[in-house]
Amino acid sequence: MKRVLGEAEHLVRLAVVAAVLVLIFFAIRRAVVPAGFGKYGHYRSASLDDIRARPISFAGHEACEACHDGIVKVKVAGKHAHINCEACHGPAAKHADDPFNNHALKPDPATLCVRCHEADAAKPKNFPQVISREHYGPACGDCHNPHHPNGV
Amino acid sequence: MMAITPDVQGFMYPNEVELQWSVLIVLYPYITGLVAGAFILASLSRIFNIAAVKPIYRLSLLTALAFLLVAPLPLQLHLGHPERSFEMYLTPHKTSAMAMFGFVYLWYLLAVLLTEIWLDYRRDIVDFAQSRRSPLKWIYAVLTLGSYNVSAASRRIDDRVGWLVTLVGIPSAFLLHGYVGFIFGSVKANPWWSTPLMPVVFLFSAMVSGIAAVLVIYQAAMRLRGRRADMACLDTVAKYLLYVFVIDFSLEMLDLVHRMYEASESFRALDFMVHTRLFFSQIVLQIYLGTLLPIGLLALTQVWKMREPARRAIYAVAGSLTLVGILAMRWNVVIGGQLFSKSFLGYTTYKMALTTREGLLPAIALMILPFPILWVLVKLFPPWEERKAT
Amino acid sequence: MELNRRELLSGVGKFIILSGSARAALESARGAPAVDSQYRMAEHWWGMTIDVSKCIGCGNCVRACAAENGVPKGYFRTWVERYHVSGADLEHPRVDSPDGGINGFPPRQAGGKNFFVPKLCNHCVDSPCVQSCPVGATYDSPDGVVLVDEKYCVGCRYCVQACPYGCRYLHPTKHTADKCTLCYHRITKGLTTACCEACPTGARQLADLKNPNDPVHEFLRSDNVQILKPYMATRAKVYYKDLDGAVR
Repeated sequence: MKRVLGEAEHLVRLAVVAAVLVLIFFAIRRAVVPAGFGKYGHYRSASLDDIRARPISFAGHEACEACHDGIVKVKVAGKHAHINCEACHGPAAKHADDPFNNHALKPDPATLCVRCHEADAAKPKNFPQVISREHYGPACGDCHNPHHPNGV
Repeated sequence: MMAITPDVQGFMYPNEVELQWSVLIVLYPYITGLVAGAFILASLSRIFNIAAVKPIYRLSLLTALAFLLVAPLPLQLHLGHPERSFEMYLTPHKTSAMAMFGFVYLWYLLAVLLTEIWLDYRRDIVDFAQSRRSPLKWIYAVLTLGSYNVSAASRRIDDRVGWLVTLVGIPSAFLLHGYVGFIFGSVKANPWWSTPLMPVVFLFSAMVSGIAAVLVIYQAAMRLRGRRADMACLDTVAKYLLYVFVIDFSLEMLDLVHRMYEASESFRALDFMVHTRLFFSQIVLQIYLGTLLPIGLLALTQVWKMREPARRAIYAVAGSLTLVGILAMRWNVVIGGQLFSKSFLGYTTYKMALTTREGLLPAIALMILPFPILWVLVKLFPPWEERKAT
Repeated sequence: MELNRRELLSGVGKFIILSGSARAALESARGAPAVDSQYRMAEHWWGMTIDVSKCIGCGNCVRACAAENGVPKGYFRTWVERYHVSGADLEHPRVDSPDGGINGFPPRQAGGKNFFVPKLCNHCVDSPCVQSCPVGATYDSPDGVVLVDEKYCVGCRYCVQACPYGCRYLHPTKHTADKCTLCYHRITKGLTTACCEACPTGARQLADLKNPNDPVHEFLRSDNVQILKPYMATRAKVYYKDLDGAVR
């Protein structure tokens, strides 16, 4: 037996090298795998916090309505009642943060209104749409109040 | 979809227009295929005792190693964050076909290929460690792992263990490359890839490419050395190439006929793609020039008695055409699978860059790289029979 | 102008209440703590409802998402498709989505059947993208949102290949996989997603399936609710109403 092992000594050396490599692997693994990995599933649990901490750009309509209640009163009586402020005015979180130094966008009706109201075969049939170049003009705002568009 | 992309025909989902897996991902299965095929050829000699292929046994192993060392490089170049690639070993996601691949690769490299080469060459390594001059001497000295015992008994043990390693190596080689096929075949979102035949087709085409590679490299290497390649060996290797090729071609035809017959939702869109954007690479390069022509040439040598020089020429030509054909097959699978929309309503174009990380030039460089590596390996571990006699 | 005492008191009272709530709203928007510590993942199961018959293809959602999430130009976390189906050929609609619909659609008068379909990540319960990730960089959160860990992703793009809906892409500068996060950073603070906030017709609505008062339950009781590609067995959580059979 000893004689056989003696002849196979090189194989034992090979096995030792292999074992050392495996141990090194596990040591690296222990050191490098992020803490919290596997806490909720096969992922780094801190990633949830990373994503939740991202900055917001849209303040949300409740933030607008808190200050601009006059506009709200006008809007709720008209056809644009359910449109949130930032749908037209763009992201306003910076404005909500610092209202006097950051202003919300005042959109250009020529581009804004036609995006929704330009006639297109794919829009729902009961949705108010016009072929803008055939519609009274020149500017939408001449006749329609964007916060209360019905009635001219 | 977008005004800036006139090469989109019909409709693609907006994020589908740009191809995600580039020519590097074509290279990767090609290279691992060569490895698996070369190894299977080597195992014919070791396990099945086919004496005629003994002359290329060592060369096949070294070829497999040269290509296996290059195999991870296209992947590293492709990854968005190659510095994080070790994560696949640290936290492999067991539901992912790709995750286990890192371990299969490591297993094959360390436990199969390197071990088998070491066991087969150990006597030479010990010899060189004692006879060569430094610095080469030190390379061999390290490789002896400190054991200088090359008695007959120890060599018998090496032989036995090596036989076992080769035996384990055959399913390992199957796993190495069948696995790549499974990575594609298990993607249910892509009907060009999703078929249980994919791992089998990949495996057989890998064997074809590996055998053809050794056939061509053996002839080229002997020519460079100013000697003749052993004719009995060439005849046997070519015969195996033909047999495996016929099986491979049958499998691919089975896939095609099955698709045509079932004519499921994706069929029309895929059929159109094959006849237009994929016509040259699929019909011309892969099927006609890369499969039917080499099979025809090889069959000719079986059916008709030809003289040696004619056979040598045919083997070289058929082998080279095969290598091109299998590369085209990888291209057709990887790139073809991304040319059509998952809505089945449109097609895009692959814009291969030239010099960027995933461009044509790095791809060519990676295909060339195994050869200088093989040259170094051949110098360090000469595989030639004549040397053994001295 | 003359104010009597009642009017004055009522005016002052309104001012106090409004400014108080304004301050609170401002605080929640501005001094918003980076993470809302009151949020419990186990109490929510997020999805979305889309009423196709309400979509007017204005592209507000695509623009809002790009603004909120810094989506790079030419890539899309959400997009709108316009369908044209003529006659009986339901399997070959003509579809267009110019720049994902980010600037609306060039107007077109056409016969046949035409409609818009907004699309986004479906936050599947049996998500094939999560299954395919080799390292665990994409995952489903305990509250049902499929997310990408951009610090861990290696950029292999296997998930992009695995998604049947085409909602993923490789971020061109971060070199990691990217996609709709259902505005996870917003919904965990009690806000709605950017796309739902911006939608003028209410076609898109954020849904919390664990909230018994959420309109999603009523929505799901209607007759024609579908998910995209049900045969892919992804258990998608974006529910469509009035989704035509021609939609791919």
